[in-house]
Order: sequence, then structure tokens, then C-alpha cells
Amino acid sequence: MLSALVIVFREAIEAGLIIGIVLAATQGVARRAWYVALGVFGGVLGACLVAAFAGELASAFQDSGQELFNATILLLAVAMLTWHNVWMASHGRQMARELKAAGLEVAMGSRTLMALSIVVGVAVLREGSEVVLFLYGIAAQGGTSGAGLALGGALGLGAGAVVSALMYFGLLAIPAHRLFAVTSGLITLLAAGMAAQAVLFLQNGGYITVFFDSVWNTSWLLAEDSIPGKLLHTLIGYTDAPNLAQILAYLATIAMMWTLMRLVGRPAPKVPRPAPAE
Amino acid sequence: MKKFIALSLLLAVSAPALADIPVVVTLKDHKFSPSTIRVKANQPSMIKLINKDASAEEFDSPALKVEKVVAGNSSGNVRIRALPPGKYPFMGEFHAATAQGVVIAE
Repeated sequence: MLSALVIVFREAIEAGLIIGIVLAATQGVARRAWYVALGVFGGVLGACLVAAFAGELASAFQDSGQELFNATILLLAVAMLTWHNVWMASHGRQMARELKAAGLEVAMGSRTLMALSIVVGVAVLREGSEVVLFLYGIAAQGGTSGAGLALGGALGLGAGAVVSALMYFGLLAIPAHRLFAVTSGLITLLAAGMAAQAVLFLQNGGYITVFFDSVWNTSWLLAEDSIPGKLLHTLIGYTDAPNLAQILAYLATIAMMWTLMRLVGRPAPKVPRPAPAE
Repeated sequence: MKKFIALSLLLAVSAPALADIPVVVTLKDHKFSPSTIRVKANQPSMIKLINKDASAEEFDSPALKVEKVVAGNSSGNVRIRALPPGKYPFMGEFHAATAQGVVIAE
């Protein structure tokens, strides 16, 4: 029961934090709950499918199909988060002023919500498939009591939901006009962390063979597998012993996001502005 | 980002590199055998995990930076980066009570 609690909790906070950020980022947007629910539902469904075909997935692509799959869906999430941030940057000024205006809610409507729906789905899919495999494996053995397993799983899911809700309400406590900047920043770091993790999967799968050695190691300070480490890993991509390829991917994602948001979000140049130092 | 990934892929993709001959580790009754694996320090290595149990297992090691699910009655390759000399514990996350092991780089 305890192992079910711990595993489900760990996976639930990872998916839950992402959902919390998405909900905060879409504060005041019409029909967002529907899109988030769609993402969660699709993710759960996908997780069951992934678990059911785990063997086939692993044997595809010379035994590293699983790594390729993980890397692909992470990069898909990075692309979707980038799209969302860039879109928000181009409409952000207006949005921030009229956050609660009904017209804008409709305008925002299904454009980036679908992208965020996919991000939520992908997060649930990744974390969920592990939970499904684990629970199925235990249940299939029949040894441990089904009730204990269900109880542990439910408690873990509940605890994960509480942490995610705290995160969400914490974000909501930020004044509305700053919320946009904060969630944009969070999404940027979220995406950077995902990109770095995607690179690690590609390395573990043997697709990237360079820069594989750890550059530093801060596990003495904060171990990545501890609960705070796990939280930071999801939120900002904290890794206690990153390798050079991960660091490059992380920085490149931030740079790309920042550049695109600036390019798109730049208002019509009425007042000449000092050129940014590149 | 996409450009960067595409570029890195172009530069670095080879068919998954053969890092010597893999060390074969068998998982049965949720126990690794052998549970102590010796690899050469400072060079990449590979573990071929054969799961003889009916249920899936996740080879999990924060120290090795690896999380790899191996389905029941199948096998999977776990790539290990060049390690400084030391001990690197790993476990089967789905049955952590019994599935424990350690990689020793020397």
C-alpha cells in the first residue's frame, strides 16, 4: 500500500503541477476547464494504451523505442508551450488590460487552449503510464490486497492533487496584471526542463552520443529523487547532475522562447527603443 | 529549439552506439541477478536487462540518471554514461522491496 501511495503521489504531482500552471495561465478564459479536462481524459486513455503496449513500444526502433517515444512527446509539449507563450506575447498587452473582458475570452477561445490541452494530455500520459504499469503489475500477481492497493493509489493521487492545488492557488494570489508575466516565465522554465529531459531520453536511447558526462553534481545539496527535488524538477527542470547536452538544450529553449516572444510581442514601433544587447 | 534538436540529431545520430558487450542482468521473482554489476570507470557501458517476471519493471536509478520500463517477459537495454569510480545503486521501482542492486564503477 505504501509503495502504491509513494509512486502514485510522485507521478501525480508531476502531472498536477503542470495542470496547475496551465490553469493559472488561462485564468479567466472561457471553456478552459473543458479543454483541461479533455487533456486529462486523453492522457489517461493514452496512458492505458501505452501501458498495454509497453512491450511493443520497447522493442520498436532497436530496443530504444521507449526513449524515442518519451523524447518525442516531451518535445511536442515544448513546441505547444512555446506556441502558447508566443501567442500570449502577441496578445498579452491587450489580454493583461482586459483579462476579464468577455470578448477576449472568446477570442482566446480554442486557439492556444488546444495546445495547452495537448500539454496536459502529454503530462498525464507520461506519468500515468507508469502508474498503470505499476498498479497492473501488482494487481496481476494477486498477492497484495486489491483494497490496499486502491487505497494507497487513491491517497497518493489525493496528496498529489493537494500539492497541485496549493501551487494553483499560490499562483492566483499573484495580482492579475503580474500573473501573465509569472506564468509566461514558469512556462518557459517548464519547457526548458522538458527539453533537457527529452535530450536525456535521446542519450539513454543512444540517439545522441555526445556530451553525456555530468558537468556538476548537486545531489549532496538537493537530491533529484527527493520530494522537493522532484517538485523543482517538474517546475524548473532541476537536475542534480546535468550533462552538457541537457544544459545546452535548457539554455537553447529559454533563448528561443525569449527571442520569439520578443519578436512577436513587440508593439508597433512608435517610440524608438534602444536596441537590445544581443 | 526544434532547430537545435534537429541539428544535434544530424550531428550526433548514429545507430544506437554499441558500447562494448552489454552486461546481462536477469530479473526473476523481482530480484536482480547479479545484483552487483562491475563496470569500467570513465567509459560508457550497457546493461541488458532480461525480465523473466510476468509483470513489467522499471529499472530506476537517480544516481545513474536512468528510468527504463522493461515489460514482462522481455528485455531492454540500459545505457550507462561514463561514470567516475564509485557505487551507483539502482532498483526496480515497481518492486523496490526486493529488486535492489548496485553498479560499481572501478
